[in-house]
Amino acid sequence: MIPELEKFFRVNKLPHIWCPGCGNGIITRCLVEAISQLDIDYDKTIVISGIGCSSRAPGYMNFDTLHTTHGRALAFATGVKLANPELTVFVITGDGDATAIGGNHFIHAARRNIDLNVILYNNNIYGMTGGQGSPLTPTGHFSTTTPYGSVDRNFDITKLAIAAGATYVARGTAFHDKLLTDCIKKGVENKGFSLIEAITMCPISYGRKNNFATPANMLEWQKNNAINVKAAQKLPPEKIAGKFLIGELHNEPYAEYTAEYDKLIAKYQEGAK
Amino acid sequence: MTDKKARLLQGNHACTLGALAAGVRFYAGYPITPSTEIAEIMSEELPKLGGKFIQMEDEIASMACILGASLTGKKVLTASSGPGISLKQENIGFAAMTEIPCVIVNVQRLGPSTGGPTSPAQGDIMQARWGTHGDHPIIALCPSSVKECFDLTVTAVNFTEKYRVPVYLMLDEIVGHMREKVVLPNPEELELVERKKPTCAPHEYKPYATDESLIPEMADFGTGYKWHVTGLFHDETGFPSNSSQVAERLMSRLMNKIEKYKDEICMWEEIQTDDAELLLVAYGCTARSAQEAIKLLRAEGIKIGLFKPKTIWPFPELPLEKLAQQAKHVIVPEMNLGQLYYEIDRICKDKAQVSGLFKANGELITPGEIIAKVKEVLS
Ligand SMILES: Cc1ncc(C[n+]2csc(CCOP(=O)(O)OP(=O)(O)O)c2C)c(N)n1
Ligand code: SF4
Repeated sequence: MIPELEKFFRVNKLPHIWCPGCGNGIITRCLVEAISQLDIDYDKTIVISGIGCSSRAPGYMNFDTLHTTHGRALAFATGVKLANPELTVFVITGDGDATAIGGNHFIHAARRNIDLNVILYNNNIYGMTGGQGSPLTPTGHFSTTTPYGSVDRNFDITKLAIAAGATYVARGTAFHDKLLTDCIKKGVENKGFSLIEAITMCPISYGRKNNFATPANMLEWQKNNAINVKAAQKLPPEKIAGKFLIGELHNEPYAEYTAEYDKLIAKYQEGAK
Repeated sequence: MTDKKARLLQGNHACTLGALAAGVRFYAGYPITPSTEIAEIMSEELPKLGGKFIQMEDEIASMACILGASLTGKKVLTASSGPGISLKQENIGFAAMTEIPCVIVNVQRLGPSTGGPTSPAQGDIMQARWGTHGDHPIIALCPSSVKECFDLTVTAVNFTEKYRVPVYLMLDEIVGHMREKVVLPNPEELELVERKKPTCAPHEYKPYATDESLIPEMADFGTGYKWHVTGLFHDETGFPSNSSQVAERLMSRLMNKIEKYKDEICMWEEIQTDDAELLLVAYGCTARSAQEAIKLLRAEGIKIGLFKPKTIWPFPELPLEKLAQQAKHVIVPEMNLGQLYYEIDRICKDKAQVSGLFKANGELITPGEIIAKVKEVLS
């Protein structure tokens, strides 16, 4: 492990439960690297997750950490942040956790623009339960519950976040780790709801069913199919078709929920003028 | 001492006043009849006290939200009814497992399903005990008057802060919506409990280690203790474990918290029971009809009394057992098709004959119906 990052981990809880070749370690390292580069109080940093392989990450991280129920991390996080707005709150969630069972909490946390920093580990599959289709499994792709290829249309979760009111939205990948770290930092700097979609890889439950022979092939796929949003502006549409954008996709500040609530208290609190 | 004025209050209103007096400063909820007044009053009063109110997207989120807030050190409460209480169940189990203090007010309405939104019922007694999956500790209190709505809300908040067990406050549509004249205590007369916090250095903190109290110390999130909370079975350090011994140890401590403090938790009233040969066991709004029935039956010379549990879970077993010994008959009127009846039958059956008077159609059990049942039993 990078020695400077060691203090952010509960080293005695390692090794982690993730499979060899799993991308979750890279994403977690990017998150911790972003934290190390930010001027925040580590005692007042809270990491909250739902249920899934990715949601096990907080257990290895040396902060106040909360491993909640499936899909509900954002609702717990809303309580933590609203009760104590001084805290910097990260939410780690899987694609199933955030967009299926937790979809309603996702859009409402975005709508409120509450200052939560959401890192969505997107491996396009339900990893923990052994590889069932998720709302982010691409149409036509295989999983244990889409044995003939998924008929469902998949979400673009960044577009959903923007439509729901998130004020900072970005996407990175395990391959583009520097970019991902930068996006996380920018997300924390945004005073409002920030969604960072981190494309990770699950070689065991997703890769094997979808023609990825090795984890390295999955990283290669990320490399070959991601286009930086800035570069994309100069490219003709046919060069972008079938690929996905990475980088900062949306940054539009708006009044933050807990700050607005504090203003309300200042106005109506007994003794206030 | 400030002058205490009598006020005309609704049960739901008294419940919010009790919550605020007990120090609740965070509320999350979702509107549902007949509990909505609690949310409405909280939304108005909490900001005035520097507290927070949030209307969440559903009851699952509301339950989650108060638990998040509780972890930062706030006293928290949510209120709902039937369908909403059903949605809260998974996170109530999470609270029991992680020992996060919280109060859940259930203003019971007629179920199942959407049932009768404005009709009273006492159909959630077993849900309160067993609603979430797995064995788990729970405390449930049941007021039968507006004054008790205030008092028992204060107690509920104190209990959850002390024992770190989720506490249900079981109102019903009648108790929640009826108005009575009450005189509330001054704030300084209330004894309030604050949760125990660690005094050790953060690196020595074991969040689920306990002494003989069985209740661990709880650090507020954001104060440097850097602890881990999970709904998985966990050891004293708070981290998950697959060991069956760890699971067994945690489960038995969670359950023993109730066992150990049963005497403090169990509250009940005995009304005209000294010479009672016939005993009514009634709670919530039904206890009111029972009292009226007793008055009329006593006038006829029938020796009848009332055992009114204010704590329904854990059930005050020993005092009821004692009364059952002297009574020939025990009658349990409840607005469901027999729920607490089974618990009472279990406790009393070798001592007295136990019969139920059940009704689940949205109508109150009247004193007349209780009198008729008593006469049937006596004939
Ligand atoms: C209420 C509930 N339903 C279902 C489950 C089972 N379950 C555990 S993890 C999971 C899916 C996890 O997938 P995802 O959120 O994409 O995370 P990943 O494991 O891929 O990181 C499911 C369905 C659960 N724990 N709780
Ligand atoms: S199942 Fe997939 S997501 Fe889960 S640890 Fe293994 S590789 Fe990672």
